Amino acid sequence: MASVQRLVLDVLKPHQPNALDFAHAIAALGESYRVDIRVVEVDEQTETLQVAIEGDGLDFERISAAISENGASLHSIDEVSVIGK
Amino acid sequence: MALKQITTLLEISGSGEIMRRYFVVNGFDGALTMLGLLMGFYVSERVDLAVVITTCLAAALALGMSGISSAYISEAAERRRTLAQLEQAMVTSLNESHHARAAAWIPWLVALVNGIAPLLIALIIIVPLWLARSGMVLVPGPLPAAMVVALIIIFLLGVFLGRVGGTFWLWSGLQSLAVALLTVGLIYLVG
Repeated sequence: MASVQRLVLDVLKPHQPNALDFAHAIAALGESYRVDIRVVEVDEQTETLQVAIEGDGLDFERISAAISENGASLHSIDEVSVIGK
Repeated sequence: MALKQITTLLEISGSGEIMRRYFVVNGFDGALTMLGLLMGFYVSERVDLAVVITTCLAAALALGMSGISSAYISEAAERRRTLAQLEQAMVTSLNESHHARAAAWIPWLVALVNGIAPLLIALIIIVPLWLARSGMVLVPGPLPAAMVVALIIIFLLGVFLGRVGGTFWLWSGLQSLAVALLTVGLIYLVG
């Protein structure tokens, strides 16, 4: 079965939670999760992020739910790295 | 609701400061109202202690109810407006997010703090009256003892504000105390 190792997502989120808390919320989903966030653009009420997540067997559904729960919306999946097992 | 969730909602909505402000402002209201009532009874002379306690208790409850209802109505409207603006900026519904939960729960938390602060402080201030009613002898008399408690609480609220604002705590405490003493003086003149 294929396993997702890396995802790069284009995400729009409100200013709160901040990028650090947002990264924590995603990283908390798995022990091997490593989250890198780059703020691409800041508007009056929102900011656009490039969220890179690495880990062994990333659970996209849970990541997507965590993004929504934190008030953000997933715009696109920009990069994917999957290995077959 | 778990403590962690409440902390998250407070952080997301930035309500910690608002709650602290409400606590101090309405706590000050409660303490000053009690001080005014007590001073009014003191200058009136020969008022039965039971009447004083009942009146103070009624005022404390009214302050509590007023604090809860007014804060809930204004905060709920404010949070709904903020959420709608955010949804507009995000071009999506935030129904399942912490932001929507904050919009639903934070008004209740803020209202509770806003109502409990004056109620709790007023109840502490009238403790000497209850003690005197239950037979304890208070050297300065029940009304002056309660007024001293009120002045101490007002001073402490001032100290707290000074620490929050980063100003000299004693100066801030004395400023609050000056307002309380001015109130006492005015009531004395009226009475």
